Amino acid sequence: MRKACLDMVYELAKRDERIFFIGSDLGVGTLKQFKAEMPGRFIMEGVSEQNVIGMAAGLALEGRIVYVNTIATFLTRRCFEQLALDLCLHRTNVRLIGNGGGLVYAPLGPTHLAIEDIAILRALPHMTILAPADAGEMRRLMPATVEHAGPVYIRLAKGGDPIVTPGDLPFAIGRIYPMRRGGDAVVVTTGVALGAALEAAKTLTAEGLEITILHVPTVKPLDTEALLDYMAPVPAVVTVEEHTLMGGLGSAVAELIAEAGFDPGKRFARLGIPDVFAKEYGSQASLMDRYGINAAGIVAAVRQLSEKRSERVTGAGAAR
Amino acid sequence: MSVSPIASERGTALDARSRAIRREIVGVLAAARRGHVGSAFSLVEILRVLYDDVLRYDPAQPRWRGRDRCILSKGHGCLALYAILAEKGFFDRAELAKFCRADGILGGHPEYGKVPGVEASTGSLGHGLSIGIGFALNARYEGAKHRTFVIIGDGESNEGSVWEAALSAGKHRLDNLVVLVDYNKQQSYATTAEVQDLEPLAAKWEAFGFAAAEVDGHDVAALRAVLSRVPLRPGRPSVVICHTVKGKGVDFVEGNLDWHHKNKVSDEELTGLLSALEIG
Repeated sequence: MRKACLDMVYELAKRDERIFFIGSDLGVGTLKQFKAEMPGRFIMEGVSEQNVIGMAAGLALEGRIVYVNTIATFLTRRCFEQLALDLCLHRTNVRLIGNGGGLVYAPLGPTHLAIEDIAILRALPHMTILAPADAGEMRRLMPATVEHAGPVYIRLAKGGDPIVTPGDLPFAIGRIYPMRRGGDAVVVTTGVALGAALEAAKTLTAEGLEITILHVPTVKPLDTEALLDYMAPVPAVVTVEEHTLMGGLGSAVAELIAEAGFDPGKRFARLGIPDVFAKEYGSQASLMDRYGINAAGIVAAVRQLSEKRSERVTGAGAAR
Repeated sequence: MSVSPIASERGTALDARSRAIRREIVGVLAAARRGHVGSAFSLVEILRVLYDDVLRYDPAQPRWRGRDRCILSKGHGCLALYAILAEKGFFDRAELAKFCRADGILGGHPEYGKVPGVEASTGSLGHGLSIGIGFALNARYEGAKHRTFVIIGDGESNEGSVWEAALSAGKHRLDNLVVLVDYNKQQSYATTAEVQDLEPLAAKWEAFGFAAAEVDGHDVAALRAVLSRVPLRPGRPSVVICHTVKGKGVDFVEGNLDWHHKNKVSDEELTGLLSALEIG
């Protein structure tokens, strides 16, 4: 996904002279071809995220579209005020490429995990937050970032992630995509969590439970109308994200449900990272398993909500 | 610690234009009865020389591409900037009377997109120089002749981001970038020497790749002279360290930290300010 993203920056920059790239001392040889062919628009800065974001804002105020590439957690935590003021307040066309969103850097420990990036960026007016599910979607997404007004955060996964979206799936910023339909629960995912949901659907089908999967590659602005439409007729909703439960996709959906005036019997659960710093190393996959952000976790959550539903309505005939 | 050969003294006389600008600032202050008075008075000659003699701009076309860019990174000095921008015709002088009001465009810190002539929203310290580097890099890429001037404060120079930016400007050898330090040696709590000593300041900037000059920041002729020869050295960004007096121009404000930021300015204080700035 990282390679697809950076390849696209190069392709887009070849076609559009407004595009600049700024790196922050990351990845030897990154965008070598970009640097060789368009050296005036390739800038490699040091480990100085505050300055990088300010510079990017200055370039964007002059009419440039600036792609900034570094590690997600440093790009969001370290220079948060620059994101708020230089990018969002000025509504500049800067695109943040956050490497290693979520638990990707598990072996490197909690200093390198971007587990609250979505939550903190959601709180900023004008910020757009994108978390694609795979490299294919990344290729479809990148062209949409060129003309979009205002700052955009692009959350990268690990790389080599399985391709789970069909090649003909469209992409528009601000839209959600139903990946399958079923009446027992809606599973709402962002980023690579989609893969886990698709896998869970197979197990659940075998058990006689059919789920709708809504893939949310744009966490902000959230496609609230479509979400409400899909959630309204279904008795249970489960959100799945590789992110803290404090303030991410699950919180956004919870806010929607709380204000929607749905049947009070609607069941809701969030899967994500609890309110802790990671205590173990290992791998992205092992930490996802630790926190239940996987197919088994989704199956268990849907099953549990369905059982609760059955108890509550005492018998068949639950409205669908 | 090296001692700078240049200093600006308290109590020295100002010419009629410098007094008139300060009177205008008092007028803006009167509208809201609040503002960073000492910080604005410290800046008057720097802004006056920039807008009278140095910057190329067209108030009728504030976004003219060929203009020199000027960022007041120490945004709390905005009373002085507003007085000058209004005088130059960037916006209607009637806006000054609506300072900090809900129906006005002029707030306690300057905002991009709201105030014509303001190139970047500032107020939180340590942002303007990096934005200015972006402007300067773009000008270089386009082969454009315009220059970028960024005015920072001494208290602001406590921010690490200022030095990240300095390192970057030095590396890029941005000789179309000029930093002006309003060095009045007082920050909000106490003197810079007590709070976070910046000395040796010129040597610091030079070590980061800048060509440095020092000037009495209230000496109009000296400011003109130094700013007429930027870049100070080809291939390097310039820094002009302007030795100033916080609150310059009014005896009871000069060096008085009570006037760094004032709210609830009284009628007596306004009268006192105006009479001290009498154009006789």
